Amino acid sequence: MEPAELLAAYEQMAVIRRTEKAAHDLFLQGLVKGTTHLAAGHEAIAVGASAALRPDDYVFATYRGHHHAMARGATPEECLAELMSRATGLCRAKGGSMHLTKASTGMLGSYAIVGAHLPMAAGSAWSARLRGTDQIAVAFFGDGATNIGAFHEALNLAAVWKLPVLFVCENNLYMEYTPIADVTAVPRPAADRAPAYGVPGEVVDGNDVVAVQEVTARLAGRARAGDGPALLEAQTYRHFGHSRADPATYRPAEEVERWLRHDPLDLARERLAGMGVPEAVVGEADDRATAVVQKAVEAARTAPPPDPGQALTDVWADGGAAWRT
Amino acid sequence: MADVITYREAVAEGIAREMRRDPAVVCLGEDIGEAGGVFKTTAGLLKEFGPERVWDTPISEQAIVGAAMGAAMTGMRPVAEIMFSDFLACCWDYLANEIPKVRYMTGGQVTVPLVVRTANGGGLGFGAQHSQATENWALTVPGLKIAAPATPADVIGMMAAAIRSDDPVVFFEHKGLLATKGPPAPPDHVVELGRAAVVREGADVTLVALASMVPVALEAADVLAREGIDAEVVDLRCLVPLDMSTVLASLARTSRLVTVEENPYQGGWGATLVSVVADEGFGLLDAPLRRVAGECVPLPFADALEEQVIPTVGKVVATVRDLAAY
Repeated sequence: MEPAELLAAYEQMAVIRRTEKAAHDLFLQGLVKGTTHLAAGHEAIAVGASAALRPDDYVFATYRGHHHAMARGATPEECLAELMSRATGLCRAKGGSMHLTKASTGMLGSYAIVGAHLPMAAGSAWSARLRGTDQIAVAFFGDGATNIGAFHEALNLAAVWKLPVLFVCENNLYMEYTPIADVTAVPRPAADRAPAYGVPGEVVDGNDVVAVQEVTARLAGRARAGDGPALLEAQTYRHFGHSRADPATYRPAEEVERWLRHDPLDLARERLAGMGVPEAVVGEADDRATAVVQKAVEAARTAPPPDPGQALTDVWADGGAAWRT
Repeated sequence: MADVITYREAVAEGIAREMRRDPAVVCLGEDIGEAGGVFKTTAGLLKEFGPERVWDTPISEQAIVGAAMGAAMTGMRPVAEIMFSDFLACCWDYLANEIPKVRYMTGGQVTVPLVVRTANGGGLGFGAQHSQATENWALTVPGLKIAAPATPADVIGMMAAAIRSDDPVVFFEHKGLLATKGPPAPPDHVVELGRAAVVREGADVTLVALASMVPVALEAADVLAREGIDAEVVDLRCLVPLDMSTVLASLARTSRLVTVEENPYQGGWGATLVSVVADEGFGLLDAPLRRVAGECVPLPFADALEEQVIPTVGKVVATVRDLAAY
C-alpha cells in the first residue's frame, strides 16, 4: 500500500471502530433493540480485503458484519439508523444489525445462520463465470463456521467447479463463548481444512491491514484468472464480547491484554509513522472519523421510525405480500 | 407434435422451452446431466444445451440450493433439482431462512428468481424417506411460491411461469404421475401461478385436490356419479398463491367441500384452506368441512400398508357419501 492508500484504510478502520463503539453505547442506552455482534478488532480484515477487490465484486458476510457493510460502501449513518429501527436504515429497518446489506455496491448481505452464505458466494461466483465477467466473490465467516456442513459443501463445490471465490475466515479464537480449539480437530480451523479440498489455504495476521490487502490481492488475482477458489484464515480478536452486553469473562485476562496490544489501528499507525506520514495527519484522520460518526449518531437518533405499512411489503418481487386470491 | 406426452417428458420439455428463450436459465443438480436425472426428467438437456447450462453437482443439497440462490441474486435464473422432496430437509435452511427472507430483510434490495424442482409423493414403495408429499412443509414459510402440477400440459405451463417468476418457486413433480400421459402443451404455453382449475363441474360437492390426488378425486367423482352424487373437482395447482377465489366460487355452487390431500392430516395444506373457508365461506356451507388426508404415520414400505396411509378413491367416496346425508 502507498502511504495515501494506507491513510485512507486507517481512516476507514477508525470510522468502523467508532461506529461499533457507538452501537455498543446505544445498545446499553436501550436505543438499539434485539442484538448486536460488534466487529471492533476485526476492522483490518474488512478494510484490507476490500482494498484488494473491485467495486463490482461480491461480498457476503455474517451477522458480525457491520465492518463489511461499511468497508463496501454503507455509511455509518445508514448502519446506525438500521440498528436503531429507523426508516432511513440500510434495510429500511426490516433487517437489523445481523442483516446489513448494500446490494447496489455488491455487498450482498449479512446472514445470521452460521455458514449459510458460503454456498451463496460460490453461486454468485458461478454466476459471474456463466455471464462471462471476471468478477469474484468473497465470503467472510467466523471460525465457528468451519465446523458446519455448508462450509464443507461450499468448499468442495467451489473447488470442483473451479469458481472465482475466496473464503475468508475471521478466526477470533472463540465460537461464541467456547474456544474454537476446544471443539475443532485441527489447530487452524480454516487453513488446515484447505488440503482436503485441494485449494490453497493461507494464514494471515488479520490485524495487519497491509498484510490482509496483499494476500487478498494475490488470491483474488488467482481466482480472477480462472485458477479457482482459496481459503484464507485471518487471525484476529474481538474487542467486545460475542453479542449484546456479553463481558466475555471467559477469555483469560492475559490473552485479552496481549491482543489489545496488537490492535489493528495501532499497527496501521505504526506503519504510517514508518512511512513518514506525520502524526498530525493521522490525527486529522481520527478527527474526521470522530466527526462522521458523531454526525451519524445524531442523524440516526432524529430519523423517523418506519411506516407501519412497510411490514406488509417486500415479500414478493412486485413489492407486495399477497399469498392468496 | 406428438398426440400425447408423458408427465416425465413434459418436465424436460418445460425446462428446455425456457432455456431456449432465455440464456440466463441454467440447471444444476445431482445426476441431471449425462444421466438425465434419476427419474429421466432432465433427459436431453445436456445434449441440447451443453455443460455450461446443465451442471452435475455432488450430493450436497445445501451447496445446490445455496449456489442457486447466489446465482439468482446476481443475474441468473437457476433451476435446481433436489432429487427427492424428502431431501429438502437437507437444505431446509435455504428454504426456510434464506431464500424466502432475503428480499424482505434487505428492504427489497434483492430478488431471487429461482426454481427448486423436486420429485414428490408416494405410492411407489420407496419407504419412509423417499415417499413423502412435502408441499405442506413449504407452506409453513411465507415467501415461497409452491407449484404442484397434475397434468403434462400444466407441467409445461407452470414450469414456464415458475422460471419466468421473479420470486422463488418450489416446484413439486409427482413421482406417481411421471408415466401418465396427456395432450401436449401448445407453443408458449404459460399457466399463471395461483390459478386453480375446475377440472370437473358438479353441483353437489366440491373436491379440492392437488397433484396425484387430482386423478384420485376425479375417479371418486365417477364412482359418486353412478350413485347420483354430482361432484365438482378443483385442481388447486398451487398452494402459494392459494386460489381461494376459485374454491369459494365452487363452494357457492355446491355448498359442500372436501379436501383430498396426500400429505399427513396433521399440518396438511387442507387445514389452511378450510380455515379460510370456515372464516369466509361459512354461510355457503350445508355440511361440515371434511379433509381426506394422509394418515399421521411415516410412509410404510409394503403396498398393502402404503395404501392404508395415502388417500384412496374408496376413502374419498366414503367421506362424500357421509356428507350427502346433510
